[in-house]
Amino acid sequence: MSHRTHRFAALVAVAALALAGCSGAHGQTIVVGSQDYYSNEIVAEIYAQALEKGGYAVDRQFRIGQREVYLPEIEAGNIDLFPEYTGPLLQFWKSSTTARLADAVYSELVQAAPAGLRVLDQSPATDQDSYVVTSAFASQWHLTTISDLKGVTVPLVMGANSEAQSRPNGPQGLLDTYGVTCGFTPIEDGGGPLTVKALKDGTIQLAIIYTADPSIMANDLVSLEDDKGLFLASHLVPLASDKVDDKAAALINKISAAMSPSDLVALDARSVTDQLPAATIATDWLKDKGLV
Amino acid sequence: MNLGETFTWLATHWAGPGGIGARLAQHLLLTLAVVAVAAIVALPLGVLIGHTHKGAAVVGASVGAARAIPTLGLLTLFGLALGIGLRAPVLALVILALPSLLAGAYAGVETVPPAVVEAARAVGLSETQIVWRVELPLGAPVIIGGLRAATLQVVSTATLAAYIADTGLGRFLFIGLKSRDYAQMVGGAILVIALALILEVTLAATQRLVSVHVTHPRQ
Amino acid sequence: MKWLGLNWPQVVALLGDHIRLVVPAIALSILIAVPVGRLAGRHRSLGRPLLGVATLLYAVPALPLLVILPVVLGLPLRSAVTITAALTIYGVALLVRTAADAFGAVDAGVHEAAVALGYSGWGLFWRVDLPLAVPVLLSGIRVVVVSTVGLATIGALTGQSSLGTLLTDGFQRGIAGEVVTGVVVTVVLALVLDGLTLLVGRAITPWRRVAA
Repeated sequence: MSHRTHRFAALVAVAALALAGCSGAHGQTIVVGSQDYYSNEIVAEIYAQALEKGGYAVDRQFRIGQREVYLPEIEAGNIDLFPEYTGPLLQFWKSSTTARLADAVYSELVQAAPAGLRVLDQSPATDQDSYVVTSAFASQWHLTTISDLKGVTVPLVMGANSEAQSRPNGPQGLLDTYGVTCGFTPIEDGGGPLTVKALKDGTIQLAIIYTADPSIMANDLVSLEDDKGLFLASHLVPLASDKVDDKAAALINKISAAMSPSDLVALDARSVTDQLPAATIATDWLKDKGLV
Repeated sequence: MNLGETFTWLATHWAGPGGIGARLAQHLLLTLAVVAVAAIVALPLGVLIGHTHKGAAVVGASVGAARAIPTLGLLTLFGLALGIGLRAPVLALVILALPSLLAGAYAGVETVPPAVVEAARAVGLSETQIVWRVELPLGAPVIIGGLRAATLQVVSTATLAAYIADTGLGRFLFIGLKSRDYAQMVGGAILVIALALILEVTLAATQRLVSVHVTHPRQ
Repeated sequence: MKWLGLNWPQVVALLGDHIRLVVPAIALSILIAVPVGRLAGRHRSLGRPLLGVATLLYAVPALPLLVILPVVLGLPLRSAVTITAALTIYGVALLVRTAADAFGAVDAGVHEAAVALGYSGWGLFWRVDLPLAVPVLLSGIRVVVVSTVGLATIGALTGQSSLGTLLTDGFQRGIAGEVVTGVVVTVVLALVLDGLTLLVGRAITPWRRVAA
């Protein structure tokens, strides 16, 4: 106990003072966070820019990691605003949930939010997990739904981020809900280019790729229909702390309302195909929608 | 986070294809294969440079720059080009191991006193014989030092292979890290550290044995 | 290099983050390793165990260390202090051995003569031992500088922004140009800092140039 603790405490105090010193017109700085996922970062950047235009001071803490890493930080009050997805967030807070459709998921999510946090309005834009196969594989085995996978007689290997192995959307969920057995290969690019390459190479047959990912269209992949409701509806939804006041919340709600599902795919495509920085993509979209 | 959970995890996850035993074996095999491939490339080259005294400046400069190359970057680049699986991590790790091996081989041969080499030449040994019978045995401790440094770097960094391949102890770290499973994360880390220390102690002992042999060849 | 043309401000910002992570770590490594190395170099009985510990520390893999350190220090997983501490540990582990060699190589006669002239404690270290050890120390510091710059990229895996962010982001988006930029800028930064270290070394040892 000791010098180190005291010095650290002093450091924290200084940092707190510094933060307080650079707050904006509305008093407190709003800390906006994002996942370690480019699509989520773009949405967070849109929130940040809109708040700045509204006169708020914003501290961007982007590319933090997965839900298991950042959610404790949000719950501890270190982050005030975060783009989230209704289904996975509900499952994180309430793993026993049976809700699958958008509105049911949303109303349960509103109930499940811990004290000090609230979910703002959900957006029509969705970005949800889906099982994806190549179109060649789909036509070879006549696949349109996930149930159809039962008819596949070759061994299946699923490729996804390693956390899928312990989450309900992974091989265990596929077995429990559909009775389909498959192997697992970790590819840590969040359904990105390496996952697509592995699908095309035939190293994996099944991948978890988000529905808003432009690579599904670009690579002629097929997203299998979730006929037994394994995946929860997953709409974009802002998670906010008490520091986000009503005026700020209204700003963010306008963004959510304006963002359509195809908007989200288009935003992602500008990042992956046009290689633009998140800030440019965000500014262009806000202007385009007349929100700034 | 408590250490008890970590020890419970360490004690109970040995079996099966994704268990500690299998991951440990994969990690060790990957390390040995990478060091072997890198040694096949680097040792002859380093010995050649040390023997001929040509190209030493180039080696010095490139070894310095190579130390700064982020392995994570090489791994992702090779991954994008070669796809998932072991090829990309093996290539990235071989490049990581090269500088230490090259520097060790070069320095080992270089440190053999010129008078000894001249004496060998005077008694009629060919250049090849000088390399095999004089320079390699005398330079062995330093060459093994390079091997030791390279092995240490590879065994630690091989955790990154799990970024794009279903292999090695890094899998426990990535799963643990991404799902906040501290017991698994810390348990995996302890296993990597333990494997690194075992290899380090083994190679250090080998190096000491060889040194004794070189300084007192008849004992 | 379309990506670089569109995104260079981000590269500059991340370069700044990277420098803010590595410079304190390098400075701390030197501040810790030099006195410890001197202790180890001048007192052999103390030296062997100290150097043994340093070797063991260097054997600890980086990713696990980044994960375990916050648990040990009671810090959040994502924190600049964590990565700076981790980089410092490697820096010290690398430098202590060279520092011990550097001080061990200081001529005992010179050291005794200085004591006879009345130097002691701080003055002896600062005016006599340190200047004589600088040339060897410098070679060790250069290795620390270069490897610290490379190692800091791994912080991106635990959410700490640095040039390593270009590696993980480029990988997710499948933009090779972004990954290449991350690798190249990291190596260039290492070489620039290495060059600066060399220049500082020359500036503080003017007598070596006279002798040469």
